[in-house]
Amino acid sequence: MFYREAGDFKISYVADNQTFPIAFDRYRYYAILVVGFLVLPFWVDDYLVNAILAPFFIYAIAAIGLNILTGYCGQVSLGTGGFMAVGAYSCYKLMTGFPDVSIVLHIILAGGITAVVGTVFGLPSLRIKGFYLAVATLAAQFFLVWLFNRVSWFYNYSASGQINAPERTVFNVPVTGPNVEPWAMYLICLFFAFFSAVIARNLTRGTLGRTWMAIRDMDIAAEIIGVNPLRAKLTAFAISSFFVGISGALFFAVYLGAAEAGDSFGIQKSFIVLFMIIIGGLGSIFGSFAGAALLVVLPVFLKLIGVDLFGWPTDLVAHIQLVIVGLLIILFLVLEPHGLAQLWRIAKEKLRLWPFPH
Amino acid sequence: MINQPQPRTSTDDRVIGDVIMQMKDITLRFGGVVAISSISFDIREGEIRAIIGPNGAGKSSMLNVISGFYRPQEGEIWFRGRKRPAMKPYQVARQGIARTFQNIALFEGMSVLDNVMTGRLNHMNPNVFLQAIWKGKAEREEVENRERAERIIDFLEIQHIRKTPVSRLPYGLKKRVELARALVSEPSLLLLDEPMAGMNVEEKEDMSRFILDVNDEFGTTIALIEHDMGVVMDLSDRVVVMDYGKKIGDGIPDEVRSNQDVIDAYLGVSHD
Repeated sequence: MFYREAGDFKISYVADNQTFPIAFDRYRYYAILVVGFLVLPFWVDDYLVNAILAPFFIYAIAAIGLNILTGYCGQVSLGTGGFMAVGAYSCYKLMTGFPDVSIVLHIILAGGITAVVGTVFGLPSLRIKGFYLAVATLAAQFFLVWLFNRVSWFYNYSASGQINAPERTVFNVPVTGPNVEPWAMYLICLFFAFFSAVIARNLTRGTLGRTWMAIRDMDIAAEIIGVNPLRAKLTAFAISSFFVGISGALFFAVYLGAAEAGDSFGIQKSFIVLFMIIIGGLGSIFGSFAGAALLVVLPVFLKLIGVDLFGWPTDLVAHIQLVIVGLLIILFLVLEPHGLAQLWRIAKEKLRLWPFPH
Repeated sequence: MINQPQPRTSTDDRVIGDVIMQMKDITLRFGGVVAISSISFDIREGEIRAIIGPNGAGKSSMLNVISGFYRPQEGEIWFRGRKRPAMKPYQVARQGIARTFQNIALFEGMSVLDNVMTGRLNHMNPNVFLQAIWKGKAEREEVENRERAERIIDFLEIQHIRKTPVSRLPYGLKKRVELARALVSEPSLLLLDEPMAGMNVEEKEDMSRFILDVNDEFGTTIALIEHDMGVVMDLSDRVVVMDYGKKIGDGIPDEVRSNQDVIDAYLGVSHD
């Protein structure tokens, strides 16, 4: 009923290739954009941005990055935290080294540097697959965190070993440092999340995306068709790391303000982003957002219910959260390996016929 | 624009051209096992060339040698008048050699259309930055190649399933999608590894018709492996017969059929 395709004829391949081929979907997407960019900035408060929206957008970017590598190209990675650290530290070095250049450019450049580092750590993927590759990327995780803790050049020889984001502005509005307004933090995160999603979608629906998926589904057949496996895997690593790097840079510079490699970008980060794409849906941009939303909102929701409503102790609620996340992952892996995105797809298929299913 | 072989108007003017590929004394060993021993044959442009033989004769190994999976220890492969250096499979594909597999090797997670579009890879030259914004050449290239893909989809009569995920399709259709994926790259040599394995009579008839049509309309050179003797004899212009890694016959179907070695290999011979 809501998802009418009938009468919505596509008369060109361009129209048939668009992201939201169903008119209702398209209008809803525009509506969300209008609300996100034009309404919410006037309405958000400090709590909403710091607890939910900013981490949601930042994790969503990281999840998009990991989804390109794992969901689209089939290369498992446990190095996400380490690559986020690369983004954060390169953003820090750029911010302190070139204070006059725009922070937006710094964040993008930090993504570019992470892409190069990610490509280097992607080289083993040419020889090893699956579980073994995961272990190899785990090594990247530990190595990178160790590197940023040990080499003091990375944190400008500060006594605490921490990196602190100096104040930087966009259009004279501070977006990093202690004086950030919630709406400014919200907007810069939304800006990056939006463009990351659009770019990721464009890359995955085109030639490059098909190359990655071919490698994921059957690498031998892909090679016989003319896919250069080396190029396909390395581009996936590069582009994935680019997004992860941007997410790390935002996480440090905009959200945290101060960071330390081991605490902020440890192995837990790698796992939480991996959980996001498993629960959200492998091989789906929407799934990256859904997974990030769930894992960001869940602790907040549990705290509201458990601590504020029932008065349970905080540590108990934290443990309950771990149990729930673990349970969700098992349930999704067993019942719906394609995650929330697949549930959403099924719901849409049902909605097309609802309320007359025959 | 991309050069596409023009469909021919009549079925009678099928021209068998010069030798397009020549195998010279190919020997392939796996450790002590000799899979192919010193085999030579050629494939002419525009013909349907069959490779037959009992199980374990080395037919599939031969196809794998042609498509670059295996590197023979001895022998030379000449393609289009030039000796082919050692190549990776994807480089072979870029020379215009496409193939299908005995056990279907489609990309199960993708739709039929995406599978077929993947076959166009060699004609596309993606630029990451243009792809990212989906403008200009990236979009144009996508549409141009979509047109080519749709032409093959029409040709093989799989329009109705173009948006269906491949994993949901029945066996016979999967085989057809795989043929589409190979065909859409406009290969100058198409290798078919048991295109009719596991099919019922009707599906076999359909597949035979498609193979003949492909050869006829696009003038594609085809080399195929098949077990069904009736099919092979009807379809092919020339047949190579292998047994235990050796070539025991080569010629037009009628010659091969009356060759004593071939009869022995297929029907068995009493050793007394």
